Amino acid sequence: MSAATAVTTTKKTNTSAGNPRGPRQSIMSRGAAMLIMGVFTLYFLTPIWWLLVSSSKSGGDVTGTAPLWFTPDSIPTFFANLGNLFTYSDGVFGRWLLNSALYAGLGALLGTVIAAMCGYALAKYEFRGREAIFNVVLSGVLVPATALALPLFLIFSQVKLTNTLWAVFLPSLVSPFGVYLARIYAAASVPTELLEAARLDGSSEARTFFTVSTRLMAPALVTIFLFQFVAIWNNFFLPLIMLRDQALFPVTLGLYAWNSQISQIPELRVLVIVGALVSILPLIATFLGLQRFWSSGLGAGSVK
Amino acid sequence: MRVRYGKATAAFAIVSALSLAGCSSGGSTSASQDSSCKPSSGPVELSFTTWVPGMDKVVDLWNKDHPDIKVKVQTGPNGNSGTYQNFFNQLQAGNAPDLGQIEYDALPNFRVQDGLENIAACEGVADAKDKFVDWTWNQVTFGEDKAVYAVPQDSGPMAMFYRADLFKEAGIKVPTTWDEYAAAAEQIKARGSYITNFPRSDVNWFAGNVWQAGGQWFANANDKWEVNLTGKESEKVANYWQKLLEKGEVSTLPSFSDEWNASFNKGQQWTWVSAVWGASTLQSGAPDTSGKWAVAPMPQWEAGGKAAGNWGGSSTAVLKGSKHPYEASKFALWLNTDPEALALANKLGGLYPAAKSAKDLDAFSGGVDYFGGQKIYDVFADASANVNPNFTWGPTMTKTYTDVSDGFGKATGGNGTLLDALKDGQKKTIEALKSQSIPVKE
Repeated sequence: MSAATAVTTTKKTNTSAGNPRGPRQSIMSRGAAMLIMGVFTLYFLTPIWWLLVSSSKSGGDVTGTAPLWFTPDSIPTFFANLGNLFTYSDGVFGRWLLNSALYAGLGALLGTVIAAMCGYALAKYEFRGREAIFNVVLSGVLVPATALALPLFLIFSQVKLTNTLWAVFLPSLVSPFGVYLARIYAAASVPTELLEAARLDGSSEARTFFTVSTRLMAPALVTIFLFQFVAIWNNFFLPLIMLRDQALFPVTLGLYAWNSQISQIPELRVLVIVGALVSILPLIATFLGLQRFWSSGLGAGSVK
Repeated sequence: MRVRYGKATAAFAIVSALSLAGCSSGGSTSASQDSSCKPSSGPVELSFTTWVPGMDKVVDLWNKDHPDIKVKVQTGPNGNSGTYQNFFNQLQAGNAPDLGQIEYDALPNFRVQDGLENIAACEGVADAKDKFVDWTWNQVTFGEDKAVYAVPQDSGPMAMFYRADLFKEAGIKVPTTWDEYAAAAEQIKARGSYITNFPRSDVNWFAGNVWQAGGQWFANANDKWEVNLTGKESEKVANYWQKLLEKGEVSTLPSFSDEWNASFNKGQQWTWVSAVWGASTLQSGAPDTSGKWAVAPMPQWEAGGKAAGNWGGSSTAVLKGSKHPYEASKFALWLNTDPEALALANKLGGLYPAAKSAKDLDAFSGGVDYFGGQKIYDVFADASANVNPNFTWGPTMTKTYTDVSDGFGKATGGNGTLLDALKDGQKKTIEALKSQSIPVKE
């Protein structure tokens, strides 16, 4: 999904920059670019198409009918499947969705604020050890979250916070990449002169940050928010290790648990498929809603 | 409970190998102290982790009648998909649940890592021996004196599902021995179908066949593990299926995949030697063939034999560190012997009880329409009674399964043989045991 967006973005910049070469060459290269894009689009959209089509089939039809096309009674089946999804096991799926929304929404929001403050501080204040801190944060980007899950579990066990909301929520607030992006962007987009002017006018540092700097950094903040939102929404390993109580599961872990039981309870197969479709809708909605800011944020970061 | 092995499992195996290396140096299998098991004073709350769907409803029955011993159910993915790894992490952190569902083939791993409470001294546990099918009881005691580490929950006795209509139409005799089975395979192949599918990644299915043939993969004597994946019975079973594979008389679709289901649904598969839970797999995966199936005992190596294998099954274990072993074992016994609980666990979770009383349950007494009205559970009850009671799983089954299934994958692709895969698995299993400082006899 993100790769597809990135491809589109590159393409846009290429064409909008204006092509000085002749029209014939342009058609050739444009055709090649379109072809590659088309292949990628197909590659990324086919699974989603399959998901949509399969969601509108009943258990046996998923395997028995053409995989990429609808059956005659697709529409009623789809709604029946949806109904089953939200009522199965006392409607636990709705609960999982809400949990994911909470973890990802609030986590990304707070995580963005923290990353923005860190990045801003690293960009705009000179203090001893600034580069050292930044390098540590940068190396944090390189450590996969999966590798930290087990140590985190042992730490959270010490403070008796495993199997609580906090076990998933707190680690989600940390985003080294967000700090990195915020620093780069703040350095480029927030003029030091402006901050000095604000200081002369008697504005406190915090007030300057929240009223002036964050607005200038807005595109980067949206980018960080989106990254964090997607990362937390898709996070799986940490909740898997931390949570035991089904009522706390995010939607990824819930679907995984169902999927691992298909061999015993075969009707779960359809629910997992419909559930997967429903679970990507919030991501798509967030993307479409914030995409404009996102691409401008990416572009700005890369040019400056 | 069936176990499936895939990439996720391999990943967990690696993580588990890493995280356990530190705490496995003990590796002893000597009987732990026979501590007394006394009731706690006052009301207690127990946590119970399982992945059987509907278990919360079963536990509600218990909670209604036992206000002083409240059980809280926590459900997760099935064992090898993450729950076992979580147990090990929790054991290490000292916050494991009081009770956990553990499959028989994973129990030795927990035993070796000292993750199980010995509940033999708890009231009623030792006396419950006769309530369970013999082999399941041996799984939870490991043959140790005065030791019971879990209560058997469900089992997967094996039999042969077959397409009664196709066999009849073709005039082929329904095989009762493996020789007849091979002969039928040839005739079925001539008609453009397969007698069955060889499940290359279900090594525990293969183990079930070795089990039936009287083989043993592991033994634990004098505190040393013996690994024997390549004994003469294993060799016999491996060579048998190797021949069918080479002649192209069995298909090699990934088990339980869409193609696999479709193949059964379209009538390309004539038999499936599988466990009792396979009945529901077939009904959902091959709905178009309803009424055409029947169940017969597993084909035998010797005409007139009755031996059956087993594929899957799990226990309810009291995990180390539980503060209330008395109450926990009381609950575990109730859960796995109470007729009402067993009936509900079967209805909602599809469990086939390890308790001998299974055959008296209503759910298992009637005919099943999908199988032409046959009383199929009678066949499985017989099979259950004819499973060799002495079969031991090793302490590193996840690893062994992964290694052997890699080899099986190659063998079905024409690269090496099934026996080669077992030899390779033998070598790697011994290495895995050694790397965890578990004593091995060589």
